Amino acid sequence: MSDALVQARGLRKCFGDIEAVSGIDVDVRPGEAFGFLGPNGAGKSSAMRMIGCVSPRTAGELQVLGLDPDVDGPRIRARLGVVPQQDNLDTELSVRDNLHVYGRYFGLSRAAVRAKATELLDFAQLTDRASDKVEPLSGGMKRRLTIARSLVNDPELMLLDEPTTGLDPQARHLLWDRLFRLKQQGVTLILTTHYMDEAEQLCDRLVVMDGGLIVAEGSPGDLIARYSSREVLELRFAPGEQHGQRAAVDELAERLEELPDRLLLYTTDGERALSAAHQRGVRPVSSLVRRATLEDVFLRLTGRSLVD
Amino acid sequence: MTGVIEAPAPGRGGPLLRILPPALYAGRARMLMLRSSLAYKRAWLTIFSGFFEPLFFLVAMGEGLGSLVGDLPGPGGRPLSYAAFIAPGLLAASAMNGAVYDSTFNIFFKLRYARLYDAVLATPLGPVDIALGEIGWALVRGGLYSAGFLGVMTGLGLITSPWGLLALPAALLVAFAFGAVGMAATSFMRSWQDFDLVQLAVLPMFLFSATFFPLSVYPPGLQWVVQAFPLYHAVELMRGLTNGVVGWGLLGHLAYFVVMAAFGVVVASRRLTALLLR
Repeated sequence: MSDALVQARGLRKCFGDIEAVSGIDVDVRPGEAFGFLGPNGAGKSSAMRMIGCVSPRTAGELQVLGLDPDVDGPRIRARLGVVPQQDNLDTELSVRDNLHVYGRYFGLSRAAVRAKATELLDFAQLTDRASDKVEPLSGGMKRRLTIARSLVNDPELMLLDEPTTGLDPQARHLLWDRLFRLKQQGVTLILTTHYMDEAEQLCDRLVVMDGGLIVAEGSPGDLIARYSSREVLELRFAPGEQHGQRAAVDELAERLEELPDRLLLYTTDGERALSAAHQRGVRPVSSLVRRATLEDVFLRLTGRSLVD
Repeated sequence: MTGVIEAPAPGRGGPLLRILPPALYAGRARMLMLRSSLAYKRAWLTIFSGFFEPLFFLVAMGEGLGSLVGDLPGPGGRPLSYAAFIAPGLLAASAMNGAVYDSTFNIFFKLRYARLYDAVLATPLGPVDIALGEIGWALVRGGLYSAGFLGVMTGLGLITSPWGLLALPAALLVAFAFGAVGMAATSFMRSWQDFDLVQLAVLPMFLFSATFFPLSVYPPGLQWVVQAFPLYHAVELMRGLTNGVVGWGLLGHLAYFVVMAAFGVVVASRRLTALLLR
């Protein structure tokens, strides 16, 4: 037995003929923030639902908090905090009652849940909306309430499925701040996202999923080092002209990618590649040297074509 | 309001719970009822309105039509005024209506649109908790309608026996059974159009289950059909209890609802499992 909070071996999930997860190995260690990255339909949410004990696995081994979800679902769920992809707050209840009732589902006493609700309203910055209904809240407020609700049982492990999708930058940063605080307190986080900046900000370690399989695994830095270069030089041309310039700059980069209006040169030193390109008479409309990000890794691993 | 059904802890459930895997039940169904009571905190009027429907029927038909009809043979052959004849039938119908409305429309909305149960299943609660908790609330609602109507019957002197006291617990069982089957049926519905089928089941039952006229008016073949309706058994049960004509036959009616309730809970739980824990 390892000390992993989540351990999966050859985990598979089929819906009829469709295989959503095709055999993945995952280990999530206590206290870390672990990310599932991948395009839509990669199998992230199916994996999360299996870990959350609300979707029985088709095959493979899975242990969550050292227990088997097929046998001990309720006991495991008692120690999880789940933030679903779409808010499913109770629209018939007030903000405070949402927290209150949810705490009661976890078997907390009336007194405990009353104190907890007050604390969480503060955490979510919703104290002055406590007796409002849920419907009129903004998207960011609903998301914060959903996260607050998932904390009502002081979970050891939080499952966040695309926690900031659809939020404005202010709301995202506030949520990240809240998630950092939780991590600091020792809560283990598992999240899915397709925002690469979010993954870089939050995740200690992540896996990239594509077509139901894990195609890469490591820390954000590792993955950038392994699948990209340190820097990226973007040379932008009038659409269609980039192809003719390709041969001139090809050998300046470790790897070159051609998009409809630009060339991407993956290199350790973007500035040097840029001046070398100028020397060879390449005159782009504009150019940009930037650090490689997880997004470059992601696009390299999962391709640029639309998935669904 | 809560705690009407005290759910047993996992592992020591009755035969009903042995059919259902223990991982699907946390023994906290009453928390769903707590939720419903909070949700209705500001909507008591909607529940209250359901109480008037049988009262209007009683006044319009019992007093109005009753003056033309005269007396009818009640349980044991004793003649009853028309109002006294239909009142127990309306009592049974109000238990049915309260439970059916709650377990069909409301549950369909929570299941398909509000995604309430997805949120509930992320907690230790399982589909069996949801089924029992929601059917339990349907029982509360049906029970409230029945209690209100029993009060009216008492006021009008339509309850002639102390056995009538048992009409309330009997109404709760009837409400539970209708709630259970209503929820099971709702789990198969795909759109709001399917609810026309609920009307198609409920309205004829309301009219023809010996509610407004005795079973003897039907030809023998049709009598068998009517006796298969659940509401017929509820009507007979209420009529026997409120008039103090109590025999072993009443146990048969009770057994009908025990089986119906168990069937509904098992089907509803299994369907919720299939729909939500995919």
